Amino acid sequence: MSAEQRQDIPLTVAGRVFSSRLLVGTGKYRDFDETAAAVEASGTELVTVAVRRTNLGQNPDEPNLLDAVPTSRYTILPNTAGCYTAKDAVRTCKLARELLDGHNLVKLEVLGDDGTLYPNVVETLKAAETLVNDGFDVMVYTSDDPIVAKELERIGCCAVMPLGSLIGSGHGLLNPATLEIILGNAEVPILVDAGIGTPSDAALAMEMGCAGVLINSAIANARQPVRMAHAMKLAVEAGREAYLAERMPRRASASPSSPFAGRINA
Amino acid sequence: MHIQLNGERRELASQLTISELVDQLALTGRRIAIEVNEEIVPRSQHAETRLSPGDRVEIVHAIGGG
Repeated sequence: MSAEQRQDIPLTVAGRVFSSRLLVGTGKYRDFDETAAAVEASGTELVTVAVRRTNLGQNPDEPNLLDAVPTSRYTILPNTAGCYTAKDAVRTCKLARELLDGHNLVKLEVLGDDGTLYPNVVETLKAAETLVNDGFDVMVYTSDDPIVAKELERIGCCAVMPLGSLIGSGHGLLNPATLEIILGNAEVPILVDAGIGTPSDAALAMEMGCAGVLINSAIANARQPVRMAHAMKLAVEAGREAYLAERMPRRASASPSSPFAGRINA
Repeated sequence: MHIQLNGERRELASQLTISELVDQLALTGRRIAIEVNEEIVPRSQHAETRLSPGDRVEIVHAIGGG
């Protein structure tokens, strides 16, 4: 190892340390067995869940997601998906904290409409302020707006998670230029949440210096989710290593890899 | 008495406690969280909290999501 090799420090969110920089969601899987296998193959330690009304009068032996993804093994990150107002998002976070025995790390997302699932930034800012004041550690999903990202940081969010593209779209990073500005300004971890479609998208986000990526659909909707979970693990690791290694500069002209000297036609 | 339970009207015995409701719903021991009239009722208070007519009760759990 050369003396100048950059030592990586693990992802740290609100004092919690994670050895994996890949966060995964648990939606859209065939069943909990597939969820558990994909989550395991991803190598993640931080797993998102949604909070919903319990089905009443159903099978009392109905399997429970938290048996497939146990809190003893994973840090659970409850989300506020499906909330369109700050008020609903705050209620959902409080329910999640009660559900998880006082666990206060949440993923805040307040959506604008059904068609785009684009963040409603006004409500997101309101909810973030209320939650931070109530002692929550808030990882916040937001648009890729550098000013909003900085404002969420100022409010006290412990991580800011701009979208790469629309939730579930698989379009990857549509605006790397703004992501770069967000990364350049940030003093909290920046994670790309939403839009990752393929491992190269995840690797690019990591190469740019994102602290992590959050992936659900790209794994769950792959034909072989467990295999794709593993592919995403490798991509995130490769991207992080590439970021630390620092890429070669881009050049306008060619630069031969084989020396000119000693050519047989010289 | 009537309450609103997860958005639906339900007829319950009056003075029912939350623990008794959870038991009736066969949810005892399940990992759930309960809100009454938009306020969390901590698990430690389920046994002593009595429901009143018109209460809006939400019972939630964790499901798959991203």
